[in-house]
Amino acid sequence: MVTLGGGATVQVSEQIASLGSNLLMITPGQRIGMGQRSAAVAFDVDDAEAIARDIGSISAVAPSSSQGVTVVFGNKNWSTKVTGIDGQYFKVRNWTIESGREFVSSELRAGKAVCILGATVRKELFGGQDPLGSNIRMEKVSCQVIGILEAKGQSTMGTDRDDLILIPLRTFQRRIAGNQDIGLIQVSVQDGVSTDKVKQDIEQLMRVRRHISPSEDDSFSVRDMKEIAKMLTGTTQVLTALLGAVAAVSLLVGGIGIMNIMLVSVTERTREIGVRLAIGALTREVLMQFLVEAIVLSSFGGLFGIVLALTASVGLARVLQVPFVFNSGIVVIAFFFSAAVGVIFGYFPARQAARMDPIEALRHE
Amino acid sequence: MNTIVVSKQISHSPLIELHGVTKVYGTGGAAMHALRGIDLRIDQGEFVAVMGPSGSGKSTCMNILGCLDTPASGAYLFKGVDVGKLSRDQRALLRRNYLGFVFQGYNLLNRTSALENVELPLIYRGTPAVERRERALKALEAVGPKGWKSHTPGELSGGQQQRVAIARAIVTDPKVLLADELTGNLDSAHSREIMELLTSFNSERSITIVMVTHEPDMAAYAGRIIRFLDGVIDSESG
Ligand SMILES: Nc1ncnc2c1ncn2[C@@H]1O[C@H](COP(=O)(O)OP(=O)(O)OP(=O)(O)O)[C@@H](O)[C@H]1O
Ligand SMILES: [Mg+2]
Repeated sequence: MVTLGGGATVQVSEQIASLGSNLLMITPGQRIGMGQRSAAVAFDVDDAEAIARDIGSISAVAPSSSQGVTVVFGNKNWSTKVTGIDGQYFKVRNWTIESGREFVSSELRAGKAVCILGATVRKELFGGQDPLGSNIRMEKVSCQVIGILEAKGQSTMGTDRDDLILIPLRTFQRRIAGNQDIGLIQVSVQDGVSTDKVKQDIEQLMRVRRHISPSEDDSFSVRDMKEIAKMLTGTTQVLTALLGAVAAVSLLVGGIGIMNIMLVSVTERTREIGVRLAIGALTREVLMQFLVEAIVLSSFGGLFGIVLALTASVGLARVLQVPFVFNSGIVVIAFFFSAAVGVIFGYFPARQAARMDPIEALRHE
Repeated sequence: MNTIVVSKQISHSPLIELHGVTKVYGTGGAAMHALRGIDLRIDQGEFVAVMGPSGSGKSTCMNILGCLDTPASGAYLFKGVDVGKLSRDQRALLRRNYLGFVFQGYNLLNRTSALENVELPLIYRGTPAVERRERALKALEAVGPKGWKSHTPGELSGGQQQRVAIARAIVTDPKVLLADELTGNLDSAHSREIMELLTSFNSERSITIVMVTHEPDMAAYAGRIIRFLDGVIDSESG
C-alpha cells in the first residue's frame, strides 16, 4: 500500500517536472467551477509579445491554440487534437523530438503546412512505417510530417499525452481555426525567481491590455504549475501516509494473529516438550528445535506475505495506472516484523516449557 | 557429554535405592503428601511389580524413579549416584541412556506416526537413520502386529497406543524399564503377550523391570511385589 502511494507521488512529481516546473499558464476567462470557465475574449499574438517584452525574469513564452481534428493518412483516420505553437513551446513543455526536427523560424513565420506528430498519432496512422516526409490531411490542409515527439505516456488523470499534432501557430490560425485567437500562453520563469512576483506582473499587464477597470474581476487567469504541483504531491503524500497507516494497522492485527497462533501452538506443544524431555532430550536440544521451527515458519510466512503483497501491488499499480515503485525499506520492516513476532512468541514460551520438570510439562493442559 | 557420571566400578551396589523419599503436592492446608518416606532397594536384573489402591502414590514414585520428578526430601541413588545432585542435563542423559518409561497416559507425540514415535529416543541418542528405522520396526513388531507404523496416535486404539508406548520404551534396550500400568488398556490375551515379552527381556537381556499394575495375574509374572498404601510401602512379598 505504501508502495502504491509512493508510486503515485513519484508519478505526479514526474509529470509536473515534465511540464516544466517554473511554468505559468495564462488562459482567457476565469474558472467558475469544475471544467467550466466564463466566456471571455481570447488572447492574440500581441499579448504574448507584450509579455515577452514587458515582463522581466522570464526565460520563455509560448502562445498556443488547440482544436480537435480528424487526421487522414491513406485509408486511415484518427481523431486527435491539433495545437498551433509558436516561440519556445518545446522548451516550456519539456518536449523533445524523437526523430526528425523542430519547426524552423521561417516555417513558423510563414505558416508552412508542416507538422510534428505525437507518438500515439504516429502509431495510429503509420503503424510501423516511417512517417517523416509523408503528407497527412487534417480538415482541408495537407501537411508534411517533419518530426515525431518522444512519448510521454499517460497523465495522472488518465489522458494520453501523446495524442496530439503540433503545427506552426500561424498555420493553425489561418488554415484551421480561421481566426487570430490564442487560447493559452505559457510562460517559463527563470530559475531562482519567485513565480508569484512574475504572476502578479503578468496579471497587472493583462489587466491594462484588456482594459479592465479596478472594480472588475480579471477576465483571464494565471495559474502557477508549482502550486498545482505542490497541491497534487501533497494530496498523494497524504494518501501515502493514510495507506501507510492502514498497512501499519493490518501489520499489527496480523502480528496479533501470528502471536495467537504461536502461543496456542506452544501451549499445545508443551506436552510434546515434556515427552521429548522425558525420553532424554536436553533442554537446549528442545529449544534449538523450537527456535529453528519458529524462524523457518515466520520467515516463510514473511516471504510469502511479501511476495503476495508485491504481486498485488504490481497488479494494482497497473490497474490504477500508477508506476510501481519498489520500497525496500517497507519490505524489510514487514519481514522483520513478522519474523520477530514469530520468534518471540514461538521461542520464549517454548523456553518456558523446556525449563520445567518433564513431569510438569507432561501434565500441562 | 553422552557418557554419564554413573561409573561401572560401583556396579555391585544396588541398581536403585530410595532412602526416606517423600513427595508433597501443594502447600499449607491443601498440601497432599503423596509419598511419606519410601525406602526401597531394587537390584540389577530384578522384575518388580508395584501394587496398591488408587491414589496410594505409585505413579508419583515411578516418576521419581524415572528422574522425571524430584523428591521433596530423601535420596535417590541410581547405581550409587545421588540423582538429586545431578544437573538437569545429566538427569536427561540418565533417562536417555539407562531408562525406558511407559506412562500411564502413553504420552505419544500426536502429530507423528507410530514409527516416528518409536524412533524418537534413538534420535536423541544419535543413532544413524537406517539403524534407527530398523530397530524401531523391530520394537514395534515385538509388541504387536505390523500395519500401524504409519498411523498417528489419534488413529490407534488405546491398547494399540499403549503398545506403541511400550515399543518406544524398549527400543533403546534400556537398563531399567519403568512401566506405569502398561497393560491397563489391554485385554487379557494381549496383556499376557506383553507380560511374556517383558519376562523374556528380563531373563534374556537382564533388563531390570519395575511395573505398576492393579491385576494380581500380571503381578504374578514379577519376582517381587511391592504394595503401596497411603504414600508408604505397606508390604513386600516374593
Ligand atoms: N500433580 C498433582 N498435584 C496434586 N496432587 C497430585 C498430583 N499428582 C498426584 N497427586 C495426588 O497424589 C496422590 C498419589 O497419586 P498417584 O498418581 O501417585 O497415585 P497412583 O497410586 O498412581 O494412583 P492410580 O492407581 O490411580 O494411578 C493422589 O492422592 C493424587 O491425588
Ligand atoms: Mg498411577
